Amino acid sequence: MANKIRERLSGNEAIATAIRQINPDVMAAFPITPSTEIPQFVSSYVANGLIDTEFVPVESEHSAMSATIGASAAGARAMTATSSAGLALMWEELHIASSDRLPVVLALVNRALSGPININADHSDGMGAKDCGWIQLYSEDNQEAYDNMCMAFRISEKVMLPVMVCQDGFITSHAVQNITLNEDQDVKDFVGTYNPEDYLLNAADPMAAGPYSVTQYYMEARRGVAQAMRDSKSTILAVSKEYGEKFGREYGFFEKYCMDDAEYAIVIMGSAAGAAKDACDKLRAEGKKVGVLKLRVYRPFPAEEIAEALKGVKAIAAMDRAESFSGNSGPMSCELRAALFTAKQTPDVLSMVYGLGGRDITVEDMEKIYGDLMTGNFATGELPYRYVNVRE
Amino acid sequence: MSDYNFKEFMSRPDRLTPGHRMCAGCGATIALRNVLKAVKPEDHAVICNATSCMEVSTFTYPYSSWTDSYIHNAFENAAATAGGVEAAYNALKKKGKIDDTFKFIAVGGDGGTYDIGFQSLSGAMERNHDMVYVCYDNEAYMNTGIQRSSATPMFADTTTTPAGKVSDGKPQNRKDITEVIAAHRVPYVAQTTFLGNFSDLHKKAEKAIYTKGACFLTILAPCPRGWRYDAENIMDICKAAVNTHFWPMYEVVDGEKWTLTYEPKEKWPIEEFLKLQGRFKHLLKPGKEEEVAMLQAEVDRRWEALLKKCSL
Repeated sequence: MANKIRERLSGNEAIATAIRQINPDVMAAFPITPSTEIPQFVSSYVANGLIDTEFVPVESEHSAMSATIGASAAGARAMTATSSAGLALMWEELHIASSDRLPVVLALVNRALSGPININADHSDGMGAKDCGWIQLYSEDNQEAYDNMCMAFRISEKVMLPVMVCQDGFITSHAVQNITLNEDQDVKDFVGTYNPEDYLLNAADPMAAGPYSVTQYYMEARRGVAQAMRDSKSTILAVSKEYGEKFGREYGFFEKYCMDDAEYAIVIMGSAAGAAKDACDKLRAEGKKVGVLKLRVYRPFPAEEIAEALKGVKAIAAMDRAESFSGNSGPMSCELRAALFTAKQTPDVLSMVYGLGGRDITVEDMEKIYGDLMTGNFATGELPYRYVNVRE
Repeated sequence: MSDYNFKEFMSRPDRLTPGHRMCAGCGATIALRNVLKAVKPEDHAVICNATSCMEVSTFTYPYSSWTDSYIHNAFENAAATAGGVEAAYNALKKKGKIDDTFKFIAVGGDGGTYDIGFQSLSGAMERNHDMVYVCYDNEAYMNTGIQRSSATPMFADTTTTPAGKVSDGKPQNRKDITEVIAAHRVPYVAQTTFLGNFSDLHKKAEKAIYTKGACFLTILAPCPRGWRYDAENIMDICKAAVNTHFWPMYEVVDGEKWTLTYEPKEKWPIEEFLKLQGRFKHLLKPGKEEEVAMLQAEVDRRWEALLKKCSL
């Protein structure tokens, strides 16, 4: 087992520390709250000679992803960081990164999308980018954000799909927590060197990227990305296992918290999983069979595995920190219910939207949700899903 | 730079090769083929092309007409993409992973340059990436079917500024992108077109490619579909553009040293440029003398201002 370093860091510092240890070739970024600190830290590492990354201070997030794509296609290990509107501005480019099969990494500090404009945490930015051909890893705290970033390039460069490492704005990006860091050299060894097969700067074998693809070829390109996404499941598990063996912290597609005999479960992603776990602990002490399924990997969506993990559960609260305006619940809940249907499992599912624009959700709220699951109170009002802590 | 030799230049192998699907009589391919002649045969290039006729017609999967590495990203970001490629080059050179010499050439039409790609272009110029941005300017969005752009001259007939019973075509004057980029005070900016044996274009391309830092070339590149001329007349149109002072040939070093690189011996009236193109046909009918005079006045105003900058 590798050496461990005990520290106290914010989520942004944790991500920046991982970037310093990885020492990517190129980072292009434009500031946006609450991810701004990440390029600031990286710039200071460059300024002090701690890394030799080429930092490109672009004039927008669209150019950040454009330059990252150019750098990655050229043969560099390239990355960026952003939040909210920044990710929305990149949307066109997110599809191009995955279609070009470029192993770029994006540190996403989740923040509400406008409008109205709001700088606080929710997952509407990440959910808006869930269908762009990017692997998405969500983090509950600074430790997971750090560990996910340490694994991101390994996963990305193996399956040749871009990876987004997500954490909640302010709640984890700015809150300082205890953290265990890996030694610099151990991270470098784990990530390894990047030796692309084809790249623009290969003088011996020039490459052309981003073709005009007519009807005869377009579907095959999309099909290829779909296959890579499906295949990435085994890579994500293998890299996570190797990481666990080396550093002692192992991750899967999700964390099963008290799920073995659970009859009532909260399915959730990101920092609010902590409140759900606290409520779960309190109710377990009272002998209630409750549990939490915390999703880490949202893309690819591990549908079969989630359904398997929820076998035997009578009622589920599917909690989305994003409103997708489908009129039919939040995005994760829709996919969760489809997964259960496909697996021919029919628990009661209460779809919930919570925490938009940084609105608090507390341990007491989670206890009440468990209470509703256990008493069969699935009332939702006018929508077919429930809003938590909202003025109707 | 001063060792420019026309014969040697023209004997260099083409880097944009035949077999692409651009129209006969298209200025864009002529422009790029000649710009790329300026890359020394022993050097490599990465071409970063904005979405455009040039892109869809030269890199239709699985065929590429480019002998160098080439990347098309999107419409509005050729400059940012080139900046990223250049950053990768610097990073990999620093780490000793590559030792060849590469030149970075971003290519866009006037749509990708003056308009939708303007922010990305301005950013890349300000950051002074070691690259050349080449705008092949055909004065409208030709790839989507001849819509007006901010490069379209006043009174041109386009599909979004059609001449009609109560319209004389585009109501506004054109943006002067070369001056706008010169105001970024980058090392080298130049404007050219197809004239004589192309030596003006060749020399400017060579200077742009081999000057360190962000450089910019605007090349007037007529479009037979949009301007409505027969393919064989392209050189006459370019000559008229220059001799009417509609398209001055000049360069700007470091944003302050302005030089007129070709001064027509005799100034032609603007009608000599207009009459060769269908897009101005409505202007040459009786009753439109005032509009032609307006165009002439604008050309004269810009020419005088340019001469002052060139201290002439």
